[in-house]
Amino acid sequence: MHRINLVKLLTLLLLTVTISVKAQHDTHNEAPVENAHSGKDLKTEIKEYINHHLLDSYDFSLFSYTNDAGEHKYVGAPLPVILWDGGLQVFSSSKFHHGETVAEAGGNFYKVYHNKIYKTDAEGTISYDEAHHPTNAKPLDFSITKNVAVIFLVGLLMFFIFSRMAKSYKKNNLMPTGFGRMLEPIIMYIRDDIAIPNIGKKNYKKYMNYLLTVFFFVWIINLLGLTPLGVNVTNNITVTLALAIITYLLTTFTANKNYWKHIFWMPDVPVLMKIILAPIELLGTFIKPFALMIRLYANITAGHIVLMSIIGLMFIFKSWIGSPLSFGLAFGLALLELLVAALQAYIFTMLSALYFGMAVEEHDDHH
Amino acid sequence: MEGLNYIGAGLIVIGAGIGIGRIGGQAMEAIARQPEASGKIQTAMLIAAALIEGIGFAALFAA
Amino acid sequence: MEKLIEQFSLGLFVWQLVLFVGLVFLLKKFAWGPILNSVNEREEGIKNALDEAENARKEMQNLTADNERILKEARAERDLLLKEAREMKEGMIADAKEEAKMQATKVIEQAQATIHAEKQAAISEIKNQVAELSLSIAEKVVRGELSDKAKQTKLVEDMLKEVTL
Repeated sequence: MHRINLVKLLTLLLLTVTISVKAQHDTHNEAPVENAHSGKDLKTEIKEYINHHLLDSYDFSLFSYTNDAGEHKYVGAPLPVILWDGGLQVFSSSKFHHGETVAEAGGNFYKVYHNKIYKTDAEGTISYDEAHHPTNAKPLDFSITKNVAVIFLVGLLMFFIFSRMAKSYKKNNLMPTGFGRMLEPIIMYIRDDIAIPNIGKKNYKKYMNYLLTVFFFVWIINLLGLTPLGVNVTNNITVTLALAIITYLLTTFTANKNYWKHIFWMPDVPVLMKIILAPIELLGTFIKPFALMIRLYANITAGHIVLMSIIGLMFIFKSWIGSPLSFGLAFGLALLELLVAALQAYIFTMLSALYFGMAVEEHDDHH
Repeated sequence: MEGLNYIGAGLIVIGAGIGIGRIGGQAMEAIARQPEASGKIQTAMLIAAALIEGIGFAALFAA
Repeated sequence: MEKLIEQFSLGLFVWQLVLFVGLVFLLKKFAWGPILNSVNEREEGIKNALDEAENARKEMQNLTADNERILKEARAERDLLLKEAREMKEGMIADAKEEAKMQATKVIEQAQATIHAEKQAAISEIKNQVAELSLSIAEKVVRGELSDKAKQTKLVEDMLKEVTL
């Protein structure tokens, strides 16, 4: 039963990856056509596309194309823009027309420039300083961007899957049914091989909620990043920063006396060393979550960049040998990315557990 | 001068690559020697690799 | 690094924090809590069942040991009883034999006594009869002898001769 489920899942994942590669392929097919209009060369086009993909956006667009009439069409859905600019402004992101026009709301005008909303006049003029940074006022931006929408949807999905799984335990004599059978070993793995060995049997329970949520959240979002939906949440530094900050706050606020003692007054070393070690250890507490943030961000970003670059090579080579080669490479890399998606979720959870374990460690005798 | 940045980052990445390679290789050896401890070795390996990887990425972003 | 800072967006940060923390609490209440509890309960149940099975096994062992002990005791008792019975039987046989022997001796003794008495009686009878007979013979002889004088004298002389002084 387990094996059949696993095979099904793997097949599904493989299919998704293949489709993903194909879909991105489709997107790129438009590049030469666009070329004719904008006059950019193919390399810059691909570079820009990749950079664009890595950014958050105000609408949920799957891909864009130029139709026969020369119009630029986008496939996707607009999302609500929520601004605080002397009052709440809520309007649909379709007003921006994908950054091409100025949006008007409540008598104010806004324009998207480099993926950020600026307040402008009716013509959308943006003034720059010497370093070419816009000097326009920026309203407080709480828009439901693509990333926020994905986070929200993933949250809903997780809530749906796991609350159903929880219910299936009640109905089925403490055994999960269906999909839950596959998820249970993962939950058990997080409990028995990540939480308990690193945190200890006494304290692990209070961290389980966070560890489980963060693991599945990161994993699902990483996997979604490999689908052709253009999801790229974990390769946004903001998201990983938020996760790392939660880990840091949890570590700091649940830490016991022993933890602080090891930071500020390391036992069993000479006094001079204690004084030298204190700032280093203190810095260490910040570096740990910082590394957590950078690691997740960089791994996923690097994966996306390399994967998309290799797919982009297809259009640069345009030869019978180059395209299959880069397709094969991209396929292999996509499989590797599947592993990385799970591995990064695992490492994030593992290291978080390790830090929690340091925070609640009891015995004084080691170090 | 900007080129030097990239050369430095490249060097660090090579170093990190060698480091992670060694960790992986040694872990394999350790697992071959003590297959019953493979779980613990894998965990330690991943943590060590993750730490080195962090340095590599830091270099990449600094460049 | 500059690129990273540029990518940071306060809105997304706040949304991510709020949504994620909300998700943690929601899942805690509706998913992780019940799931972990169920798993714990199940593990506990399995452990209890195993313990119970172990206990039952031990009890079973005790029972078999008891049974064995009781059987052994019963066997010993039976052996004892049999032995006693055998001894009793032997005793009885011996007693009976002795009694019979005694009885027999008694009977024999009585018989002997009777025989002896009879014999004595018979002997005394015979003695009497012999005495009577001898007397009558003697009478007849004496009568015959005493009828002739010569003969009487001769007899006296003979008798005197026999007597040596």
